[in-house]
Amino acid sequence: MDTGPVGRATTAPSPPHAGKAAPRGELEIAGLSCRRGDQTLFSGVSLSLASGELLFVRGRNGSGKTTLLRILCGLTEPATGEVRWRGQPIRRLEEAARRELLYVGHRDAVKEELTPLENLDIHQGLRGERGDLERQLDALEEAGLGGREDIPVRYLSQGQRRRTALARLLVSPARLWILDEPLTALDRSAVAWLFERIAAYLREGGIVVTTSHQSIDGLPEPRILDLD
Amino acid sequence: MRRDLSLIVTRRQDVLTVVAFFILVITLFPLALGPDPQKLRTLAPAGVWVAAALASLISLDRLFADDWRDGSLEQLLLAPEPLTVVALAKVAAHWLALGLPLVVLSPALGYALGLEGAELGVLAVSLLLGTPVLSLLGAVGAALTLGVRAGGALMALLILPLYVPVLVLGAGAVTEAMYSSAFYAHLSLLGALLAAALPLLPLAIAGALRIALD
Amino acid sequence: MSSRSVPWLKFTAPANFYALAQRLTPWLWAGAALLCLAALYIGFFVAPAEAHQGESYRILYIHVATAWMGMFLYLLMALYGGIYLVWRIKMADIMARSIAPTGALMTFLSLWTGALWGAPTWGTFWVWDARLTSTLVLLFLFLGYIALHGAADDREKGGRAASLLAVIGAINVPIIYFSVDWWYNLHQGSSVIRADGPSMAPSMLTAMLLMIAGIWLYSAAVVLRRAQVEALEREPRSEWAQAAAAGRMTRTQRELAAAESVREHTSQEEGQA
Repeated sequence: MDTGPVGRATTAPSPPHAGKAAPRGELEIAGLSCRRGDQTLFSGVSLSLASGELLFVRGRNGSGKTTLLRILCGLTEPATGEVRWRGQPIRRLEEAARRELLYVGHRDAVKEELTPLENLDIHQGLRGERGDLERQLDALEEAGLGGREDIPVRYLSQGQRRRTALARLLVSPARLWILDEPLTALDRSAVAWLFERIAAYLREGGIVVTTSHQSIDGLPEPRILDLD
Repeated sequence: MRRDLSLIVTRRQDVLTVVAFFILVITLFPLALGPDPQKLRTLAPAGVWVAAALASLISLDRLFADDWRDGSLEQLLLAPEPLTVVALAKVAAHWLALGLPLVVLSPALGYALGLEGAELGVLAVSLLLGTPVLSLLGAVGAALTLGVRAGGALMALLILPLYVPVLVLGAGAVTEAMYSSAFYAHLSLLGALLAAALPLLPLAIAGALRIALD
Repeated sequence: MSSRSVPWLKFTAPANFYALAQRLTPWLWAGAALLCLAALYIGFFVAPAEAHQGESYRILYIHVATAWMGMFLYLLMALYGGIYLVWRIKMADIMARSIAPTGALMTFLSLWTGALWGAPTWGTFWVWDARLTSTLVLLFLFLGYIALHGAADDREKGGRAASLLAVIGAINVPIIYFSVDWWYNLHQGSSVIRADGPSMAPSMLTAMLLMIAGIWLYSAAVVLRRAQVEALEREPRSEWAQAAAAGRMTRTQRELAAAESVREHTSQEEGQA
C-alpha cells in the first residue's frame, strides 16, 4: 500500500552530485494549504525547487513551519494542494524515491538507550542502506562526537544528541534534506560546521528545505518563504 | 525488527515486569478463591487466559509511545520499507520478547492451579496460537490511542471487547481438554483467527499510525 | 466523482444535507410517534397473551426492535466510517458520529428490556448467554467509538481513528457472536424469520413490525437532527450555517461565533500576507 504505481518512471537513487541539470524543479509544491482544527495555518503556498537550491521557511511560532515541512515529506496530508518529488506525489513515492529524501525532525529520533554509533547503524538499516562502520565513525568524528561513539546517548548533552541526529546527513546518500530547526541546541562551532556542510551539499546539487529561529548568516543565499 | 529486539534487550526489566505481572495476577486467584484444589482446577483455564490477556494489554500500551515521542515513528513512516511490514516486525519483536515468555511459563502456572498432563500442553498451545492475535489487536489499540489523553484506560475500553473471541476459544480449549478430548476444534479455530489476523491487522496498524502522525 | 452523475452525492455537502434533513425530520418524527403508539396499542391491548409466558412477553416488542436497531446502526456506522476513511467525505464522519449515541442507546435498551423479560421467564435478570454477552460487547464497541472520537485534540484525526475502529469492530462483531454462541446458548430461537413463515399470531406480528418501523423512523429522525447540529458545529462560520442558525441562536452562542469569526479573519489575513 505504500508504493503505488505512478505515472512517471524514476531514476535510481543517485548521489547528490549526479543529475545537476534538472529540466525543471525537482520538488514542486502547488497550492498548499493547511488547517488545524478550525484555524487556517497557511494557504496558497506554491513553489518549485531545483537542484542546488536552498529554501528557508520563516514564520513566528505557530505559523505552521513544522507542519509545512511535514507536508513536504509526506507525513501530513495538506487540506488542499499537492507536493511532487520528481513528478511523483510525495505520499505515494516508490521505494527508490523514498531513499532520496532525508528528514531530520523537531524530535530527533535518537534512542537514548543506544550509543551514537548504534543510532546511526539503526538509521541506515531502516533506510535499507548497508552500514559501513568506517563511514559511520568518520561521520560521528566530523559531527564532533569523536571519542563518544560508544556512550549511550542518555549520558550526552542536548547538543550532542542533535549532532548524533545530524550525523545521518553524512552517511546517507539523498537528494533532498528537510531539516526542521536543525540549529536548536547547537553551539557556535557546530552551527558553522552544519552551514559548511549544507553549502557543500548544495554545490553538489542537493536541495535543502529548512527552518530556524536563529540567524542564518553564513549560509548561501536562500530562497525565502514567509508564512507570517 | 533487529532494532526493536536490541532495544527490548536493553530494557530487560520491562520483560521482567510483565512476567511478574502475569504471575501475580494468577496468584490472586487462589488468594481470592481459597486453596480448594477442585475449585482452583475449574478456574485454571480462565485464570491463566485472563492473566495473559491483561499482561498483553498492559505491555502493549507503550508499544509505539516511545517511538512516537522521540520522533523515530516519523522515520519509520518515511522508511522505504512498507509501513505494514515495519508494523508487523515491531509486533513480532514485541511478542518474541514479552509474549513468548508467558507461553513458556504457562504450563508451570497451570500446574500450580491443578491442571495436569495433556491439559498443560493444550494450555501452552492455545496461548502460542492466541497471544500473537492479542498482540496484533493490542497494537491496533496502541496505535489508535497515540497522543490521546487518557491513552491507557481508553485503550482497554477499545481493545478488550475485541479480545473476546480469542479468550473464549483459548480458555475453551483448555476446559474442553479437562472433560473430553474435543479440543482440536477450538485450537483450529484459534489457528484460523491467527491466520486471518496476520495479514489483515498490520494493515489496520499501519493505517492507525498514519492517522496518529498526520 | 461528479455530483451530477450520482444525485445523492449532492448531500455530501453539509449545506445541502442540512436543508434536506430540515425538510425530512418533521415527517420522521410524526411517523415515528404514530407507528410507535399504534404498535404499543396493538401490542399491549389487542394482541393475545402468549401461551407460556403470559403477559410478560409483551416487552419483547420493544426488545426485538431495539436489538435489531442496535446491530443495524453499528453496521451503518461502520459503513459511514469506511466511506470517510476512503473518500474523506466529511459528512460521512458526521453521520457516523451522530449514529453512535443512538446505537448505544438502542443496544442499552435491548439489554434493559431483555433483563426485564428474563426475570419472570428465566428467573433471573442476567445470564451469560451468547446474545446477551455479544450485545454487551456491542455496547462497549459503541462506547469505545464515542470515547476515541472525542479523545483526540483534532476532530478530524479523532474521526479517522474512530472510523478505523468502527470498521475493525464491524469485522469482529460476527466473530464475537459466533465464538460466544459456541460457548453457550440458551436464548430462545428466533421466531420472526423462519422458513415456514413467522410462528406467531397475526396481531403480534403486526405490533412487532410496526414497532420496528417506528423505532427505525425514530432513529433516523434523531440521527439526522444530531447530524445537523454536528454539521453546524464543525462549520460554524460558513454562510449557510450562519443563515441556518440566525433565527435560533442564544445570545452566548452568537457572541462566541462573532469572536471566532474575528479570529478566523485575522488568521486568514496573516496566512495571505
